[in-house]
Amino acid sequence: MKTEITLTINGEAVQEAVTPRTSLADLLRDNLRLTGTHLGCEMGSCGACLVMLDGAPVHACLVLAVQASGHTVKTVEGLNESGEIADLQQNFYERNALQCGFCTSGMMMSAQALLAANPGPTRDEIRDALSGNYCRCTGYEAIIDAISATAAQRMTNAGEAQ
Amino acid sequence: MTSEKAHIGQSYRRESALRHLSGRGQFVTDLALPRMLHAAFVRSPMARGKIVELGVDDAAGSPGVVRVFTAETLNGKCEPWIGTLDHFANMQSSTQNMLADGEVLWVGHPVVMIVAHSRAEAEDACELVMMDIEDDMAVVDGNAALMADSPLASSGISSNMCFQTVLETPDLESAFAQAAHVVEGNFNFGRHTAVTLEPRAIIADFDRSTGQLNVHHGTQTPYQFQDVYARHFGLSEGKVRVIAPDVGGSFGMKLHVYNEEMATVAASLTIGRPVRFVADRLESFVSDIHARDHRVSARMALDADGTIVAMDVDDMTQIGAFSTYPRTSVAEGNQVIRLMGAPYRMPDYRGRLSVVFQNKVQTSQYRAVGHPIACAVTEALVEYAAEKLELDPFEIRQRNLIADDAYPHTSATGYQFEKLSHQASLEKLRALMRYDTLRDEQATLRKQGVYRGIGIATFVEITNPGATFYGVGGARISAQDGAVVRLTPAGDVHCAISVTEQGQGTETIIAQVVADQLGVTPDKVKVVTGDTDTTPSGGATWACRGAGIGGETALRAGRKLQAQILTLAGEILQADPTHLKLANGAVVDATTGNERITLAEIGRIATYRPDTLPNGCDNSLTAAQHFAPSGYPFDFTNGVQASYVEVDIETGITRLLKHWVVEDCGRIINPLLVDEQIRGGVVQGLGPAFFEECLYDDIGQMTNATLAEYLVPMAGEMPDIEIAHIETPTLDTILGAKGVGEAGTAAAGAAAMNAVNDALRPLGARISQTPMTPLRILKALGHV
Amino acid sequence: MKSPAFEYMRAESIAAAMTAYAEADGDAVYLSGGHSVVPSLALRLQAPALMVDLSEIPTLSGISLEGEWLRIGAMTRHVQAITDPLINKYAPLFSAAAPYVAHPAIRNRGTLGGSLAHADPASEFPAVAVAIRTELEIASPTGIRRVPADEFFLDIYETAIAPGEILQAIYIPVPVAGQVIGFDEIARRRGDYAMVGAAVQAVMTDSIVTDMSISLFSVGDRPTRAASAEVALQGRVIDNASIADAQAALSDDLSPTDDPQFPAHMRVLLARVLLGRVLSNLKVVA
Ligand SMILES: Cc1cc2nc3c(=O)[nH]c(=O)nc-3n(C[C@H](O)[C@H](O)[C@H](O)COP(=O)(O)OP(=O)(O)OC[C@H]3O[C@@H](n4cnc5c(N)ncnc54)[C@H](O)[C@@H]3O)c2cc1C
Ligand code: FES
Ligand code: FES
Repeated sequence: MKTEITLTINGEAVQEAVTPRTSLADLLRDNLRLTGTHLGCEMGSCGACLVMLDGAPVHACLVLAVQASGHTVKTVEGLNESGEIADLQQNFYERNALQCGFCTSGMMMSAQALLAANPGPTRDEIRDALSGNYCRCTGYEAIIDAISATAAQRMTNAGEAQ
Repeated sequence: MTSEKAHIGQSYRRESALRHLSGRGQFVTDLALPRMLHAAFVRSPMARGKIVELGVDDAAGSPGVVRVFTAETLNGKCEPWIGTLDHFANMQSSTQNMLADGEVLWVGHPVVMIVAHSRAEAEDACELVMMDIEDDMAVVDGNAALMADSPLASSGISSNMCFQTVLETPDLESAFAQAAHVVEGNFNFGRHTAVTLEPRAIIADFDRSTGQLNVHHGTQTPYQFQDVYARHFGLSEGKVRVIAPDVGGSFGMKLHVYNEEMATVAASLTIGRPVRFVADRLESFVSDIHARDHRVSARMALDADGTIVAMDVDDMTQIGAFSTYPRTSVAEGNQVIRLMGAPYRMPDYRGRLSVVFQNKVQTSQYRAVGHPIACAVTEALVEYAAEKLELDPFEIRQRNLIADDAYPHTSATGYQFEKLSHQASLEKLRALMRYDTLRDEQATLRKQGVYRGIGIATFVEITNPGATFYGVGGARISAQDGAVVRLTPAGDVHCAISVTEQGQGTETIIAQVVADQLGVTPDKVKVVTGDTDTTPSGGATWACRGAGIGGETALRAGRKLQAQILTLAGEILQADPTHLKLANGAVVDATTGNERITLAEIGRIATYRPDTLPNGCDNSLTAAQHFAPSGYPFDFTNGVQASYVEVDIETGITRLLKHWVVEDCGRIINPLLVDEQIRGGVVQGLGPAFFEECLYDDIGQMTNATLAEYLVPMAGEMPDIEIAHIETPTLDTILGAKGVGEAGTAAAGAAAMNAVNDALRPLGARISQTPMTPLRILKALGHV
Repeated sequence: MKSPAFEYMRAESIAAAMTAYAEADGDAVYLSGGHSVVPSLALRLQAPALMVDLSEIPTLSGISLEGEWLRIGAMTRHVQAITDPLINKYAPLFSAAAPYVAHPAIRNRGTLGGSLAHADPASEFPAVAVAIRTELEIASPTGIRRVPADEFFLDIYETAIAPGEILQAIYIPVPVAGQVIGFDEIARRRGDYAMVGAAVQAVMTDSIVTDMSISLFSVGDRPTRAASAEVALQGRVIDNASIADAQAALSDDLSPTDDPQFPAHMRVLLARVLLGRVLSNLKVVA
């Protein structure tokens, strides 16, 4: 039996009928074709599926779509279009902080949340914030560099704005 | 004016990264085709058994199920395969087919295939399959497998020995007899696996109306699979198209033939609809190839001044129930025994290899095939020798490395080195890591009860293999690559090439190489890869051949097109083509550099106004070129790595503080991408050195087959990695590039093991098993 | 790794949740953060007919000071143990432990109530709950009761919560003068479940231990009070000698299971090392 859900995804109101067992990740990927959210383990261990739920990163593989009803979800597609991670994206690009790209949207979700809570993280704090994000390709260092560079730029810009 | 080598050597960024960063990756797992069905497999719960009965009626009636296949109903569609090659003398392996037929041979062996409207429904039906399997004695341990009374790992083999070989120089025995010093060790290298973040994925789409099979396959080798599907399913090659779009990591794991992929193709051929199979993470652990799993006993003979005179090595490696197809599971061991001692002048050598069957997942080629084992054993013995002779680790290596001016050189195992730079690399490493300062810091901290260790490891890496690698053994694995480069009507450049992209930056470096030949910027060169219908045939990406062989192919194709353009321009301009060249998107005067005609104008004339060309003038602006390496059978690269590690001697927990790499991959096409290949590779070497291991119990059950329990290296545990280069181009090609993809993985674990042992040395402890877990370190210390 | 099919009900009140549970004849599972339940569904380790979602029940949320007790609603997310000022002040051992629990995104979603109800013996929060003598408030169809943490954890994944009952809130006695805490664990990688962990709370009067509570995790079938080690420290100054006695006493407190990958004696060894480190780094909180 399918259940009707309504939620806001990337700023758009979405209405869908899903089976209760459908994960938020499967809803996004299969029903809505928001395939920028990836699945690497389906049990919370890899971070490929991170999305923003009510503003905080969560594992879309561990949230049921029905649980997200009435809530607000942002995926990489939404963050991309809104421009809010443009600097992070630019730094990932410049620093080549991705190879296959499968981990990338999850990495950016973690980075975005970290920088909101801690605008000037140390390298070690960045590594800690990524403790749930697996990347097989890069060896992580470039990702740390890219996040670190974004933090520095945001601090400078915030300083100038004041 | 742009110089001739304007773009090769620069750190261009990857355009495809922009797609991924905005959520626009196109992975096989993202693809949904009309009327697509989903496959799931019922797998053997035991390591060895006889299938007594399969009950699939309930599963067939389960909601959403379209078809249920067993060996009886599916295997007939596919010509079985055997994972042997002729150049591995007397090797054996049982015949394989898609679904287990009569016997199950490892935990995870697919027995029943369910095809349903959704993966969830397919999994529901899997739970309804009744499997009656009679438990047989499993072959679990490789040494036990070789005992006379051992059961066999499968019914199609005469013994559990898959392959055996010995390499020996004539003076080996006397070298040991006369040696002033002999050091020795027994080593255990755990079994681990690739854990690409995107699991294996395939969508097979057979259209009955035309007889066309399209396979969207997350692989690094589309042509190899086109050939495999055509031959094993009796299709003509022209009716098989393999498309490898974005691939979420591969590292060698995605170029082997797997039961599930073959079954997915067979199911689509049977049903006439697209069928999708994506391994979930649990399936990955019990069906992706595993790697390594070696037990090595080795000794090294040295004369009184610390000169290495010989090594004697015995490697027993355990490969599962079958040798993989089409590359075998023997290549790894074969490379282990051939790479031993490779950086050193060492004149004498014996290497013995036993490749053994057992009832576990198959092992096969994974990034840096054989290198980490050979490197760790060699470098550990060098370290033991240094300790015994009271020589500094740098000193003993300096005394033994092949001198930079002593090339060409042939190793005791028969490898031919064109030109390497061990000495320069070692010297550069010493400065890079500030070795002396680090030793002081180590000594100071040790007084405070902090145990840090420094380990170094030199290595050679096999890259750019020629046809002697697989082709001579009868494998239909292309040793050449092909490119088609064309000038578009608007004067842009399009390059279709057989090498493939998995995020290394293949497309970017190909664009750089082509751009330099045609006097344009790389952003003007569109590179297309990964589709057998739209790119020329070739070997694609494995064994570090993308840059070296693919790059050379692109270079030659680019030069061919350059000549065509100049000839045409000569006709148009009524000028001597030898007085013209390409630069800045135009044909220019070769001496003054003055622009004569733009590429756009040439494209326009050749395409829309060929009537204005002189009579009989060829207006072709497309060049095709294939290239197979000749000259040396491989282009070897070399380098040296260092690792700085802290060991908590009370808990056995290790902390990786820093890692350094000096690497010589010949001509560097793109420094940024080369460094990131090395960093990723290093972490893939450090993972198995400290964390990664496929653990099995004594009845052949893998006990940590989830991503929660199999420990991959994560950001918090990995060090920053500093990199420097020496550039010794190969003279075998115009481009001069060698490979770099496996260099990081080759020696990282070896350096780390030496570092841990350096930390433990004052306590009289030594570890020679990977991963170096807290338990093993505490055991080495005698604490548990 | 797709979950088996089930029905879903989002409960608006505790009563409604319990009714739904009862009507499913016990073939139901409560869902809070879902970060233990959902993976176990994906692994098909369980297949309930009904999932009853507790996460939007208003009375399960909220953190407030009630006299000498801090009340933490069961639905409080792990992350709030790090960010909430009341928890920081009145339950600092929860705050100290939280960064060790899983990874940031999991802490955004996992709940304190879910962690305690799940009662994984390798979990941090249950051990903290025991160390700081919390009381767990459980709602049942017949009423509400409070169970001391010492009596709450019964076995691996087993608590005093009977089928159908709901953990409502966690009550924490506010710190007393002289209170010190310590928390640490030994894990392979950051965020992993600990190989061994220790949560300690003590009261020091003129540098003398007047109250000591040591709760170890990942050492047995539930959070384990190290009673003998506590006795070894009682009435003493914390110094090398008393720490050594406490470490020695641990062999009486622990009898972990043996595993080829993790032998029992290694676990005891690590527990000793860890206890020594935690006792040497106690932090004054009140
Ligand atoms: C990758 C990963 C890593 C993790 N690492 C750690 C770690 O290092 N340390 C750690 O402690 N935990 C770890 N966890 C577990 C995580 O903290 C869980 O979220 C938590 O233990 C359970 O909380 P929950 O709210 O998600 O509970 P749920 O999963 O919703 O529920 C867990 C169980 O408790 C029951 N339950 C939940 N709430 C109530 C209630 N109010 N009343 C009665 N019964 C209830 C449910 O029916 C279920 O049986 C990890 C989880 C993941 C996925
Ligand atoms: S897919 Fe969700 S964490 Fe791996
Ligand atoms: S870039 Fe491939 S997993 Fe991170």
